Amino acid sequence: MTAPKTLYDKIWDAHVVHEDTDGTCLLYIDRHLVHEVTSPQAFEGLRMTGRKVRAPQKTIAVPDHNVPTTEGRDNPDQMPEDSRIQVAALDTNAREFGVHYYPVNDIRQGIVHIVGPEQGWTLPGMTVVCGDSHTATHGAFGALAHGIGTSEVEHVLATQTLIQRKGKNMKVEITGQLPPGVTAKDITLTVIGRTGTAGGTGHVIEYCGEAIRALSMEGRMTVCNMAIEGGARAGLIAPDEKTFAYIQGRPHAPKGAQWEAALAWWKTLSSDEGAHWDKVITIAAEEIAPVVTWGTSPEDVLPITGDVPDPESFSGGKVEAARRALDYMGLKPGQKLSEIEIDTVFIGSCTNGRIEDLRAAAEILRGQKIKVKRAMVVPGSGLVRAQAEEEGLAQVFIDAGFEWRLAGCSMCLAMNPDQLAPGERCAATSNRNFEGRQGRGGRTHLMSPAMAAAAAITGRLTDVREMMREPA
Amino acid sequence: MEKFTTLTGVAAPMPLVNIDTDMIIPKQFLKTIKRSGLGVNLFDEMRYDDQGREIPDFVLNQPAYRNAQILVTGDNFGCGSSREHAPWALLDFGIRCVISTSFADIFYNNCFKNGILPVALPQEQVDVLMEDARKGENARISVDLENQTVTSADGQVFSFELDPFKKHCLLNGLDDIGLTLEKVSAIDAFEQQAQQSRPWV
Ligand code: SF4
Repeated sequence: MTAPKTLYDKIWDAHVVHEDTDGTCLLYIDRHLVHEVTSPQAFEGLRMTGRKVRAPQKTIAVPDHNVPTTEGRDNPDQMPEDSRIQVAALDTNAREFGVHYYPVNDIRQGIVHIVGPEQGWTLPGMTVVCGDSHTATHGAFGALAHGIGTSEVEHVLATQTLIQRKGKNMKVEITGQLPPGVTAKDITLTVIGRTGTAGGTGHVIEYCGEAIRALSMEGRMTVCNMAIEGGARAGLIAPDEKTFAYIQGRPHAPKGAQWEAALAWWKTLSSDEGAHWDKVITIAAEEIAPVVTWGTSPEDVLPITGDVPDPESFSGGKVEAARRALDYMGLKPGQKLSEIEIDTVFIGSCTNGRIEDLRAAAEILRGQKIKVKRAMVVPGSGLVRAQAEEEGLAQVFIDAGFEWRLAGCSMCLAMNPDQLAPGERCAATSNRNFEGRQGRGGRTHLMSPAMAAAAAITGRLTDVREMMREPA
Repeated sequence: MEKFTTLTGVAAPMPLVNIDTDMIIPKQFLKTIKRSGLGVNLFDEMRYDDQGREIPDFVLNQPAYRNAQILVTGDNFGCGSSREHAPWALLDFGIRCVISTSFADIFYNNCFKNGILPVALPQEQVDVLMEDARKGENARISVDLENQTVTSADGQVFSFELDPFKKHCLLNGLDDIGLTLEKVSAIDAFEQQAQQSRPWV
């Protein structure tokens, strides 16, 4: 009898091409996603050495980080020159090396981590990599997915493998049911608040428990997306009927007999009873509240009902870090979180730029007007945008006073023109609140789409539960 | 990756300690699409003034050092950010060997991925080589990777330490990709077997 395995063990074992005596493995990569910022040198490397992309049919390229999100963006004059060159390079490389490609004017274009699942590229049991740390998103399908550097991008392009050592197994179990107004984003932020940004270092996290099972695929992607903010290389959720239903019929999902064969294997993809965990964390869903971040690290998380903490309440190096964070954020200890005034609202990113996120925000915004200076919705892909228009959500946003943008990373990292001004305070649905992340001197509070919508209406951080309509 | 066997050339003296990767290649050049082409921006903020004009005093702007292939530097070279753009910029300028008393870890490893040999020697020996470097074209330094030696202009031979695996890769021009490609039959076999067991991938 073989020893009980975790889901991570199973996927890992199914992809080892070669193992050295010192434990270094060559791991086969099933899907390689590519965007314009971390790939140009890798393609250039192939060109200089006369190498080809080994498996162009398993390689998918899409520009997302640099692209403007305003109309008429296929006019190159809309982009600063260096950004334009990076996007043009991706275009040339994708065509020359013959990989799948969704150019900027293709309706399927969007944030790489939203496009992959949407097109059925991401499937259970796969290994998925991308030169981007939020590749963890794809773990929601029970795929082993993580970010890599530029040299590794080239390595995968040339060999379809990666040199890796196996990580440790960590289980994060969310028991019970989420209270009303609490979402996947609150789960993932709460976990990071609990474990710290290095809590998952060296580990692959499997999220499980009743509250995770109850999440939609969109919600599961939100949870796995931020595994990296907890320090974990990858986050995983075992596939189930919801996963299969989401995948079936997508353009690149298996069909017919292959679908049946795939399904049979996918159903074996869960952690065995008695499998070994190096670390276990359990949180009761009932204890999770709608949360916001107050500082400049994703671990600086508190329920919206709380107060800005006193740096002295921390210990070790965190005291100085918290002091610096409050200074940067322009906040005072003891200030009520719900009294912090907001200038800007950003709804989008690979964390919360999917259709369900837009529905949740629109639900709060219907018939309301924004009180903040500016608010924008940046759908995660052209298809999300089209669907939101069809469902009438776009009109809800526009009527409320939001800008309705084209798909891309946008103000999540402010590499395109969407940036905060110094001191500008933003309620954001993205994943990083680092100093300068959304623009030099910009102040970011992370939260769920519903919470961001609530902040847009009141002009301050707001407990969305106060605004929820009675169920019809 | 280009092989490294032996090298005889002009060395540029940079006696500063703690030269970090920000100095080697400042952040505004990270939006580039190339690994090559960074040579003109190597040491950009030390090399050019605000108007982009060359600062004549800077070593690499002096006629004797425009084609330098070796750098002799102060302690702790390559500290700071992990950007692979730092070795890319050195290589593109034409530097194949950096000699110092010590290197920052990540930079040290990144060098080997890019065909650059970092040589760590004791202070007295670096001092001798620094003197040679100051003489420009008049004093060439020789580096022999196979024998792990550096020879000064007047024939003093200094031995250096090196991890055998890194030496093997550099001597043969093997990068990680090259090494993995040596296992290409294992990858082929894996793909064939996966084609049977998971044909939908
Ligand atoms: S949306 Fe933000 S986090 Fe996601 S891939 Fe783009 S820049 Fe990275």
